[in-house]
Amino acid sequence: MQALQIVISGMAQGCIYGLIALGLVLIYKTTETVSFAHGELMMLGAFAGFALMTLAGWPFWLAMPMTIAVLALFGFGLERIVIRPILGQPAFSLVMLTIGIGYAARGLVTMIPAIGTETHTLPVPYKDQTWNVGGLVLNVEQMVVIAATAVLSAVLYAMFRYSKIGIAMQASSQNQLAAYYMGIPVKRLNGLVWGLAAAVAAIAGVLLAPITFVYANMGFIGLKAMPAAVVGGFGSLPGALVGGLVIGVVEALSGFYLPEGFKDVAPYVVVLIMLVVRPNGLFGEKLRKKV
Amino acid sequence: MRFLFKTTYLQDIRLVKHGGQAFWYGLLVLALLASPWLLSEYWLAQLTFVLIYAVVGLGLMLLSGYTGLFSLGHAAFLGVGAYTEAALGNAGWPFPLSFAAAALVSAAAGVVVGLPALRVKGIYLAIATLAFGFIVVEVFARWESVTGGNAGKHLKAPSAFGWSADDDVSFYFVCLVVAVGATLAILNLLRSPTGRAFVAIRDSEVSAQSMGIHLAYYKTLSFAISAALAGVGGALYAHKLKFISPDQFDIIQSIDLVLMIVVGGIGSVHGAFLGAIFLITMPQVIALAKDVLPAVIGQAPGLQGAVYGFVLIGFVLFEPLGLYGRWLKLRTYLQIFPFYRRGMFKRQKSFLKSDRLK
Amino acid sequence: MTTAAGTPLLAVSHLGVRFGGVLAVDDVSFEVRRGEVFTLIGPNGAGKTTVFNLISRLYTPSAGSIEFDGQPLLARAPHEIAGLGIARTFQNIELFENATVLQNLLIGRHTHRRTGFVSDLAFTSKARAAEVAAREAVERVIDLLDLQHHRESLVAGLPYGVRKVVELARALCTEPKLILLDEPSSGLNVEESDDMAFWIDDMRAELGITVLMVEHDMTLVSKVSDRVLAMNQGQMLALGTPAEVQRHPGVVEAYLGAADDVSSLRRVVAEVGR
Repeated sequence: MQALQIVISGMAQGCIYGLIALGLVLIYKTTETVSFAHGELMMLGAFAGFALMTLAGWPFWLAMPMTIAVLALFGFGLERIVIRPILGQPAFSLVMLTIGIGYAARGLVTMIPAIGTETHTLPVPYKDQTWNVGGLVLNVEQMVVIAATAVLSAVLYAMFRYSKIGIAMQASSQNQLAAYYMGIPVKRLNGLVWGLAAAVAAIAGVLLAPITFVYANMGFIGLKAMPAAVVGGFGSLPGALVGGLVIGVVEALSGFYLPEGFKDVAPYVVVLIMLVVRPNGLFGEKLRKKV
Repeated sequence: MRFLFKTTYLQDIRLVKHGGQAFWYGLLVLALLASPWLLSEYWLAQLTFVLIYAVVGLGLMLLSGYTGLFSLGHAAFLGVGAYTEAALGNAGWPFPLSFAAAALVSAAAGVVVGLPALRVKGIYLAIATLAFGFIVVEVFARWESVTGGNAGKHLKAPSAFGWSADDDVSFYFVCLVVAVGATLAILNLLRSPTGRAFVAIRDSEVSAQSMGIHLAYYKTLSFAISAALAGVGGALYAHKLKFISPDQFDIIQSIDLVLMIVVGGIGSVHGAFLGAIFLITMPQVIALAKDVLPAVIGQAPGLQGAVYGFVLIGFVLFEPLGLYGRWLKLRTYLQIFPFYRRGMFKRQKSFLKSDRLK
Repeated sequence: MTTAAGTPLLAVSHLGVRFGGVLAVDDVSFEVRRGEVFTLIGPNGAGKTTVFNLISRLYTPSAGSIEFDGQPLLARAPHEIAGLGIARTFQNIELFENATVLQNLLIGRHTHRRTGFVSDLAFTSKARAAEVAAREAVERVIDLLDLQHHRESLVAGLPYGVRKVVELARALCTEPKLILLDEPSSGLNVEESDDMAFWIDDMRAELGITVLMVEHDMTLVSKVSDRVLAMNQGQMLALGTPAEVQRHPGVVEAYLGAADDVSSLRRVVAEVGR
């Protein structure tokens, strides 16, 4: 019973990793950029939610969509102003750029007087509630995370499978030049993808905030989404979620059963094992340059 | 403008290509030798740090800039060298031996990281090194018998057979010798088949294989050498600070190292030194600016991080060749004035070339 | 292991490779004799470059064997191929973009290196002498291919025609016995193609290198090749002299399509054979 409790708690945390990893894989699939700023986008989402709910006093059901919209716009703008100019440069430059964005975001938020350095709570309506199911005590906050992730995944799946934009994104990710020739507005699409990924990160941030509270260094939690994406196979959207769940559950279990300190490195040990055993992740494809 | 009339191949192979270079580098060497008597104690200490970070930067430059293997966990090797030096130095080993041991143990760590890294490329490699960095820091914190855990470890001054470098000036000279040695080693590598093999691996692995380059051997070698240099830097770093703890070698330090070589100019030996200068002087500049800026900005705790972030973004967007690139442009401008054209160093705009073709 | 002068330099036997469900190369066998120029022709997708990649050991065949100079090749790793004496160029040019032409060519000398990394680190006098020797060897190739004014240029900024020549030069720097040229004249103008034909002849006549190439330009093929193998959809179609293969009706059909009218087919075949 205890183990099951821990697994569920790990699943909830894993869903957060999975959501951030989802954003990462989205961006990677479309623009082959790895965004190290995604944890910070999540942090910004949490802070935006905090600002709207606590400082501006908006109700939860109004603040949530607004937070998502604000972050989506921010992601779109980020792509337009900062990422687009250096498209075509080697991947290393892009990675450094996103690291810089993460640093700058974290620094700027820390600089906000009185708010940046404090830890805040997010007053969500389901805060601190628990359900009793059978012998289990379920944290409603965690249940909301799992449910929201499931819903979001379904929505994204439908979008990619059935909508024009989704297919256009897939085309752009496979061959950018050909997509241009087909009349697909590749640049605008890249902006949309970043906006979408930022929105997903914002949702992750708002979902995570009740559990871990809102603070400027929240972004480091997002760093564990990298192993999640790798475990799933970096080019696969369902893989990102599965990877996140794997990492979350392993982390929770090792925190309980293994000596102190293993919990923090568990995701990284998992990713190293995965890279040795199956370098392309659970769902990744074996890719090779054609000469 | 300088025209070089070459009559032997050795002129191309030599490190010092012409009289002008000999003059300026000679002057630099003299200035460095005279520094203890020219600079205040504080600035000498800063210069010592620049030399130490430059040694580490040279290693990372070799790995990421010249072999094309991204390492986001390089601070781990810094830490391995530092702790090896601390453990052996405190146990009474003479400095040259403990120093060599630090290099070898770090090189071994580099091989350990390099071997599984052979199977993965690009972003996967970066994440593998990131993961390795986290794990090593945790090992430092837990292996208390050797490392002293989170409480940290104190170091005695480097000493060997009676001689001891326990004052700032003699330690500065130790660092200078190491830095010069490391630079010469890297420059020698780069003008020889080994260095060219590294560059080949960076630019086209398939081609490199067709030229007979054994990918696994050279990638592992690159990891080993760059880790050894980081370990050497770590040993000196430990002695300079006289106290080390695991959190000095975390991901922030790793990113600082990468920031250093990106800002310095990736793919150039000068870049390591320029980047080290940047890394050491930036906090000073920010501290000075704090007095000038309004209190809201100046006194805010996150200022340094934000500035680093914006500087990194700025360099990637506007000066991808780094500080060294900017210096090259300036020097070319002065050399061929007034014929300098804006577009001389312009990189060709290209479409995203997918690395993922099946 | 001694090899008589009559044994072929390269012997490909029932070679096949499968990618997923696609049989990219299907039961291909041919021999390349010492000192000859052997060309693979065929429409796009015929599997010609795949055969090259199999010889270079970049792919592993699912069937068949390859022997070079009497020795089996399939047991070798990709990086050992150059040491055996096989060099190649690539269809889409795989040069080291961020290095100069000189550095690219010097990398071609890698299999002839005499120093390990320790002597390189210290740059001993042995390393210095080896560097000068490598430079001299590279300069001979630069002389042959007229690349003098491009020595110090970064490859990334060079025009396409020059880059193709640099690729050829780099392959020659390995001092191969067999050179695999993948579409050497694609993208070249008339003068550059003429130069290329001249060089291929030079390679065979003066340097004693055996040439195996993939080519689409039939004029060049007729000018320099001793024998031709036509492929289509991974399978062998015709093997013989250039004239014989060009007249082969199967080859004509692969390139031009089937003709219902026999007389028009005769006309077409007569055109191609001229």
